Order: sequence, then C-alpha cells, then structure tokens
Amino acid sequence: MAKQDALFKYTLRLGDNALILSQRLSEWCSYAPLIEEDLALTNLSLDMIGRAQALLKYAGEIEGMGKTEDTLAFRRSERQYYNNLLVEQPNGDFAFTMARQLFISAFELYFYSEMEHSKDKTFAAIAAKTLKEVKYHLEHAKDWVIRMGDGTGESHYRIQHAVNELWMYTGELFEMDDVDKDLIEQGIATDLDAIRPLWNKYIGDVLETAALIVPENGYMQTGSRKGIHTEHLGHLLCEMQYLQRAYPDAKW
Amino acid sequence: MVITTYSKEEILEILSAIADPEIPVVSIQEIGMLRDVVVSEDGYEVLLTPTYTGCPAMGIIEADIKAILQEKGIASVKVTLIYSPAWSTDWMSDEAKEKMRKYGIAPPAHSSCGSIFKTEQEVVCPHCSSQDTEMISRFGATACKALYKCNSCKEPFEYFKCH
Ligand SMILES: [Zn+2]
Repeated sequence: MAKQDALFKYTLRLGDNALILSQRLSEWCSYAPLIEEDLALTNLSLDMIGRAQALLKYAGEIEGMGKTEDTLAFRRSERQYYNNLLVEQPNGDFAFTMARQLFISAFELYFYSEMEHSKDKTFAAIAAKTLKEVKYHLEHAKDWVIRMGDGTGESHYRIQHAVNELWMYTGELFEMDDVDKDLIEQGIATDLDAIRPLWNKYIGDVLETAALIVPENGYMQTGSRKGIHTEHLGHLLCEMQYLQRAYPDAKW
Repeated sequence: MVITTYSKEEILEILSAIADPEIPVVSIQEIGMLRDVVVSEDGYEVLLTPTYTGCPAMGIIEADIKAILQEKGIASVKVTLIYSPAWSTDWMSDEAKEKMRKYGIAPPAHSSCGSIFKTEQEVVCPHCSSQDTEMISRFGATACKALYKCNSCKEPFEYFKCH
C-alpha cells in the first residue's frame, strides 16, 4: 500500500469519528435534560467539529485531489465513511449518550496520548490540542455514569442497560488492519493493542465505582474499517448533507 | 499608488489592539492567540492559534485582523491557523489575568494544569476573593469557561478553564 493512501485512510477514520459524534451530540441542542447539560453537550460537539475540520482538511491535502474539509464531509456517501460504529449509534436516552461518551472519550484519551508522539507533525499537533479537550469530555462522562449508576433504581437500570447495549460496539475500536500496521511501522499511528489494556482497566474501574456490572466480551460488531455501517449512519448523513446535496456549492 | 511597507513588529503592534470577541477586556495578543507575523513579497501572513479547536470566534478574529489592516491600506493579508504548539492558558500574562478577574471572570488558577479535578477545586471568587466556591457546570456559555457560584457573596461567576 502506498504511504499516501494509508495515511489518507487513517486520517479519514479519525476525522470521521470526530465529525459523526459531533453531529450526534448536536442533536441534543435544546433537548438536554437541564440547561447546563445543553451547554455541555453542545460544547463537546463544538470541540469535535473543530477536530474534524483540522483532520479532514489534512486528509484533503494528503489525497491531493483538491478536496476541502467541506467536500469530504458533505460529498461522501455512507460506504466512504470510516468512523467507528459506536459513534454513529443514536443518542437514545441521556444514559445511552453518556455511556457512549465514556467509552469513546476514554479511548480517545489513550489514543491521542500516544499520537502526541507521532512522527507525523500534523497528527502530533492535533493530538496535543485534542488531549486538552478530551480530558474534560471524559471527566464529564465519568461523573454522569457514576452519578446515574450510584443513583436511583431507575437511573441505575438505564445506565446499566446502555452499557450492556453499547458493549458490542467497543471491540471495533481496537481493530487494526494493513493501514494501521504500515503506519505503526513508520512511527505515525497508534498501536491499539498497547492501549487496549489501559482502556479495559479504566472502564472497569469507573463501572465498579458506579456499582455497574462490566459486560462479558461476547459477539463484537465490526465493519467500519471497510466502510460497512449500521443502518443509523445513512439517516444521519441524509440530514447532515441535505443542503449541500440539494444545492451543491451553496455558500452562506 | 504609494506602497507603504510595515515591519513585523509594526504589524503586531497594530494587531495588539484587537480584543478577544468573547472577553473584550483582553486582546488576542494578551491571551496568546496571536503567534506571529510573516512578512514576504506577497504580503503579510498572520499566524493565529485557536484556544479551542472549535472556537467559533476564529472567523470574527480573522475578519477583525483584515479590517484593521485594511484601514491602514494593507490589503494583502493572509490569516493562517496553526495548531502547534497547542495553545495553553500558561501563555496568558498576569496583567491579562487581572483584567479578566476585574471583568468578573475567574482566571485559570494554576500556571500548569496537571489534574483537572484539582484545579476545579481551587477556584477563587472574582468578586470577593472567597475560596468557598462551587462548580455549577463544567461547560459554560463558551468552550473556554465553566460556571461557578460563590458561597460567600452568593454571586454566580464564570471561570476560565485551565488548558
Ligand atoms: Zn464571592
């Protein structure tokens, strides 16, 4: 695999994770259970759209076909997206959103801590910036998961249910293919095998504090590395891309 | 047509008049967003670094930079966003922190952030200097601020998060 090709795909993956989760979180705007939470979720969303912008811009430069971050966000179809299945899952209730956030933010904390030392200077710079933001996202999600798990019967039931439902999407976070192997050898990418035990330990500790049960590692969903997604991504893209699809090149 | 050329220092001096759109008492230079100016035959390139990756003020700041230089007859201006080194609250001058406090925003408590949890515990009220304060929300009206209340003077206030 050509180096540029691997780097392009890898950058898309990271950018797509940020973009799709940002879009999901923005759906909470004006619907959050309390006003402070409305601000919090949209703040998280804003951090992620900024990260997506930086990464997709870089992806466009690597590919060298003149695509901007906007072209990549609004003109690709479902099969050309490489985000993890976890981030495209619908918001569900508040417990569901927070369990998803805990899983992904813990992953991103360890992922970007490694990437901060990448030989690719753009990755290292974006990682350093992202890390500062992810620390706040993770603290926030952790606080809520513990509060709900250790809260009322209803909140405990809901957060345990969310953890159980989402667990089968967590295995995919650590999948690696030729793209990863190529770039790890060059000191560019993060070795996911190395961060997996850290993630397991962190999540195990948080769930224990929250009086929640860590699900068994059963069947794990997979597909996003090949652009195969759950049915939810198509619907999300329909809404996100509507304007640029209906009125190509429309500007504010 | 008269072409006036400016040095890097002169351009930086002009730009130091631009206020942060979200905290108008401090300039983009004092807060550490204005990093450098590169003077070349093609014109002036202004290097900016965002406080947060998704900071919505960046567009306004870019427009402000172009507008203020336009007034001086400088049109060939390019604004470039840089991410490295990552912006840090450590770059804020003590004067900027003091201006912020007088404006009613508690400045970042520590020079270095280490543990978020620890820094969040030690926020001093910008109104009465009491240390008996409580976090209401980790995320405020802008990405860079959190919401607090003071248990002594009972006033709510914003805290500029350590970053
Ligand atoms: Zn007070």
